Amino acid sequence: MPLIAIEDVKKSYGDNEVLKGIRLSVDAGEVIAIIGKSGSGKSTLLRCINGLETINEGSISVAGAYLGTSELELKTLRLKVGMIFQQFNLFPHLSVGRNVMISPMIVKGVSEEEARALAKKNLERVGLAEKFDSFPDQLSGGQQQRVAIARALSMQPQALLCDEITSALDPELVNEVLAVVRSLAEDGMTLLMVTHEMRFAREVCDRVVFMHQGKVHEIGPPEELFTHPKTPELQQFIGMTH
Amino acid sequence: MISFSLWDIVRNLLLAGRWTVLLSLSTFVLGGVVGMLILFARMSKRNFMRQGAKLYIEVFQGTPLLMQLFLIFFGLALFGLEVPAWLAAAIALTLWSASFLAEIWRGCVDAIPRGQWEASSVLAMGHFQQMRHIILPQALRIAIPPTVGFGVQVIKGTAVTSIIGFVELSKAGTVITNATFMPFTVFAIVGLFYFALCWPLSKYSQFLERKFNAAHRH
Repeated sequence: MPLIAIEDVKKSYGDNEVLKGIRLSVDAGEVIAIIGKSGSGKSTLLRCINGLETINEGSISVAGAYLGTSELELKTLRLKVGMIFQQFNLFPHLSVGRNVMISPMIVKGVSEEEARALAKKNLERVGLAEKFDSFPDQLSGGQQQRVAIARALSMQPQALLCDEITSALDPELVNEVLAVVRSLAEDGMTLLMVTHEMRFAREVCDRVVFMHQGKVHEIGPPEELFTHPKTPELQQFIGMTH
Repeated sequence: MISFSLWDIVRNLLLAGRWTVLLSLSTFVLGGVVGMLILFARMSKRNFMRQGAKLYIEVFQGTPLLMQLFLIFFGLALFGLEVPAWLAAAIALTLWSASFLAEIWRGCVDAIPRGQWEASSVLAMGHFQQMRHIILPQALRIAIPPTVGFGVQVIKGTAVTSIIGFVELSKAGTVITNATFMPFTVFAIVGLFYFALCWPLSKYSQFLERKFNAAHRH
């Protein structure tokens, strides 16, 4: 039984079909990189998994929670799977600690002390325990993204979706975020990441998904895909990024 | 013939001015509450709520306050519902200001980046939790200057209620003029009173605008 099951998912914006029947299953603990050109549908796929986008056909489930349209179904799904964005999206009016504490408190009804302890633990995990009382605009991009990771972790999800989480960062800040992601992978977190960091994908991921024109074009272990790409599209894509 | 001293005029205007202040305050508070309800309807996921709120806003912004006042004061009387002038004034001003406040605040809510909605969504918050904890606290900061600015409009708007016989500042001005035959003096003082009420508010609004623009914690 896979943790994440994506079955024949189709999605269109008007006449423009962006996902043309996606099938993908992800086991618990797997780390998966989704690569592909812009417009290939990789971000859309990721955003469908936790219901930020609706799908037209097919089904998606995470740990038994199916993607639906009601607020309750979405909530059940989102309790299983967290997400981190390219633009961090921290809550600017709340301190770092409160950013991490708020959702466990109001969504799960965790007590303030418990939420605080959990926040401290997760901020420590991303190396930012001392920033508990800072505000987001006092942090660097890399630090903000690590807070976003701690915030997602504090909901204790079974899987994390990472949507180009290093793309908005200055080059020297990319590694501190990737180091955190790597440690999550080592701890057995299930990760699904859209990324342009090919070297990272190669080193850390169990499988790589190459998307092209709304389909899973090629899929396999990174060594295989990167050293022996079968399709000309992937060959061209890898040629471009190297 | 009775003669009136300046102090007589000022004293009577001051007494009537209490009603202007009271009407402004109650309008502002009640209009704020109704405006908040309209705002939630305007942002609702249900289409009929959104359309209803939109219609409300268009009707109350698209017709003169004077008409609304007449309709409530005289219109309800046609159905045998006698509404005292002060109540008609309070109802009309409340409904009118609610339409403006709802739209001002909607603009502020719209100004909050989409990412804030998405980030709170993926943390499994429901719509009201998002509004209560994430969106409104941020929208409030940018809403304060235009809201205070609208308060000035409300104070001046209360003058319209003199037409249905509610004795606030403007009506008192008319009454005193009729007794003293000193329209220039009387209305100059009335004008000064309005200015004394509005000017500090406008200044405060400008101050807030500067403050929130300078210390930009988004």
